[in-house]
Amino acid sequence: MNSTAVERLDESAQAENRRAPRPLGDHLLHWASWSAAVAVLLVLGAILVMLFVGARPAFEKFGFFHFLSTAEWNPVTEIFGGLSPLVGTLVSSAIALLIGLPMSFGIALFITEMAPPWLKRPVGTTIELLAAIPSIIYGMWGLFVFAPFFADHIQPLMTETLGRLPLVGALFQGPPLGIGIFTAGLILAIMIVPFIASVMRDVFDTVPAELRESAYGVGSTTWEVVWNVVLPYTKVGVLGGIMLGLGRALGETMAVTFVIGNAHELHAALFMPGNSIASTIANEFTEADGEVYTASLIALALILFLITFVVLAVAKIMLIRMTTHQEGRKA
Amino acid sequence: MRINRIALMAALAISYAIAMPGRAEVTQINGAGATFPYPVYAKWASAYQKATGIRLNYQSIGSGGGIKQIKKKTVDFGASDAPMKPDELDKYGMIQWPQIMGGVVPVVNVPGLGAGELRLDGTTLADIFLGRITRWNDARIAALNPGRSLPDQRITVVHRSDGSGTTFIFTNYLAKVSADWKKRVGNAKAVAWPTGVGGKGNEGVASYVKRIKGAIGYVEYAYALQNHMAHTLLRNRSGAFVAPTAANFQAAAANAEWAKVRHYYMILTDEPGKNSWPITGASFIIIYKRAEHPENTRAVLKFFDWAFHHGQKMAEELDYVPMPEKVVKMIETTWRDTVRTKDGKPVWTSASP
Repeated sequence: MNSTAVERLDESAQAENRRAPRPLGDHLLHWASWSAAVAVLLVLGAILVMLFVGARPAFEKFGFFHFLSTAEWNPVTEIFGGLSPLVGTLVSSAIALLIGLPMSFGIALFITEMAPPWLKRPVGTTIELLAAIPSIIYGMWGLFVFAPFFADHIQPLMTETLGRLPLVGALFQGPPLGIGIFTAGLILAIMIVPFIASVMRDVFDTVPAELRESAYGVGSTTWEVVWNVVLPYTKVGVLGGIMLGLGRALGETMAVTFVIGNAHELHAALFMPGNSIASTIANEFTEADGEVYTASLIALALILFLITFVVLAVAKIMLIRMTTHQEGRKA
Repeated sequence: MRINRIALMAALAISYAIAMPGRAEVTQINGAGATFPYPVYAKWASAYQKATGIRLNYQSIGSGGGIKQIKKKTVDFGASDAPMKPDELDKYGMIQWPQIMGGVVPVVNVPGLGAGELRLDGTTLADIFLGRITRWNDARIAALNPGRSLPDQRITVVHRSDGSGTTFIFTNYLAKVSADWKKRVGNAKAVAWPTGVGGKGNEGVASYVKRIKGAIGYVEYAYALQNHMAHTLLRNRSGAFVAPTAANFQAAAANAEWAKVRHYYMILTDEPGKNSWPITGASFIIIYKRAEHPENTRAVLKFFDWAFHHGQKMAEELDYVPMPEKVVKMIETTWRDTVRTKDGKPVWTSASP
C-alpha cells in the first residue's frame, strides 16, 4: 500500500463518515488509533528494558548505590561512579529553578494582571518564541556572549561580595572562568522561563473574573489579589508548570555541555567546572569502548530517565488533581 | 488528521525500504570511524569518484564507533585515531595500517606571548596538566624561556571533554615523558584529568583557550593553524626546540622504526630525530584479513592506495601530513602478504592503476 492509497482511503472514510458511519472505516480508525497508542507504550517499555540491560554490567561491577555515591570517573582504570554528574544535574537544575521561577512568576503576573491590553500579546508571543529557540543556540550564546561578560564583570563582583558571606560564601568561590555549574544553571533558567511563564499565564487566566473582581472590590491590592486569590486557585497548575520546566532543565544536553565546563569533579564552589548526566553522555558516548565504560554511561542514562520520569509523573498527578478539583468546585 | 499521520508513516516506511543499500557489484565502499581524518577522506572520496565512479560512504562517528562497526562487519573498513592492540587484531583476524598523519599542538592564551614564542618541554607540560605548575611565571617555565617576561597569572588547563584520538596521542606523549603522569593518569582516549575544564571537540578546546586568560590546551595541528592559535615550541627527544610543522611531523614518521612493531602499532610520540615534533600521530584503517566479501576489501585497498599515491597534495591542502613513501611501500607489502580470499588467493595483487 502506498501513501496516496492511504490518503484516498482517508478521504473516502471521512466522506462516508459524514453521511453514514461505515463499519470498515470505523474499524480501520479504531485499529489505527489503538496500535498507535500501544506502540507508544511499547517504545517506552523497550527503552526502559534496553537501559536496564545495557546498564547491568556497570551495576553488577560497582553496585547500584555504590555507583550513585562515588565520584571517581576514570576510563583508564575503568572505575566509574556517577555522583559528580548526578550532583551537577540536580544542582544546575536547582539553580535554574531558583532563578527562573521568580522570573516566570513575574512575567505571568505582569501579563495577566498589570500589562496594558496592547502589550499583553507582544510580550506573550515573545515568551512563546523564546521556547522555540533550539537549545544549541542558547549554548552558543552562553559560551560566546554570556560567559565572557559574566567572567569579566559579574563573577568577580559576586566573589567579592557573596563570596565573603559566612556559610554560603564557599559556593561563590573559584577562578573567573565564566563557565561552570553556576553558568549552566543561569542558561537553564533562561531556557525554562518560557515554559513556566506560559503555563503560569494560562492557569492565571483560568481564575474566574468574578473572583478577581470581588477581591479588588473589597479593596485588595494587586499583590493581595495574586497572593490570596489567584495563587491559591491555581497552585496545582502552577506546580505542574514548574515540574515541566524542571523536566526540561534536567534533560537539557547541548546548552549545558557548552557552558558547564565538563570536568568530572565535585566542588562546593558553583563557579568551578562540573558536568551533568546529559552532558557526560553527549561527550563520551561516541568514543566509549569497553563494556563497563559504555554500561556506566547507560547507567547514567537510566538514572536520568528515572529522575525525569518521577518529575513528569508528579506533574501529571498534580494536573489531574487540578482538573478534578475544578470540576468539584463547579458542581 | 490521524489517518494522515498514518499515511505519513507509511510513506516513511517505503522511503526507508528504497534507501536500503542493495548488494550489487562494488560501486560503493562503506567505512566508519574517526572524525579527525574525515575532511581529507571526504576530499579523496570526491576526487576518487570523479576518477573511477566508485563512491565512498564514510561515517565519521568516532574511532570507538568505527571499531565497533568493523567488529560487527557492518562496514568494509573501520577507521581509528588510536591503533588497535596487535593481540586484539589477531583475535578478530584483522589488520591495520596508518593512512594519514597529523600532530597535536599545545596552544596557549598568555598575554604578550605570540605563536611559537613559548618554549616547553615534556615534563613541564606534564606537570602543568597535572596541576603542579599553577602559574605562568613558575621558575621551571622561566628556565626554559630565558629573557622572556612571563606574567604572574594562574594557569587554566583546558582538555577535551569527549573521548578522542587527539587526547590519546597527547596523553601517550605525557605518559612517555613523565612517570608521574603514567602512574596517576595514564594513556587513553578519555582520562581522569587532575585539573582544568573540558571543551567538546577541537573547537570547544579552542574557544575555551581563546576565552580564558592564562589557559593552555591542546588541539589538532590543522585546527591550530586554521584558527591562528598561539602554539608553543616543544623540546624533542634530541633536545632541540621544534615547531609544529608538516615537515617536522614527517620527520617523526620517517624516524619511527615501523618494521620493529607488529600491526604498525606505533604512536609517533617522543620519536628520535633532531626535527621530530614530539606529539605526532597517525590515523589508522582497519580491515579483515579474510573478508566475507573480498571484492569489497579489494575496492577498499584500491581506494586507499590511490590516496597514498594521488592524494598527498589534497591532504597537504587541508593541513594533513601524508605518510612517507618508505612507509607506504611497507603497507603495500603487508596488503599483498596478508589479505586473502576464502580460498587463500591474495586480494591485493597490483600497485595503483
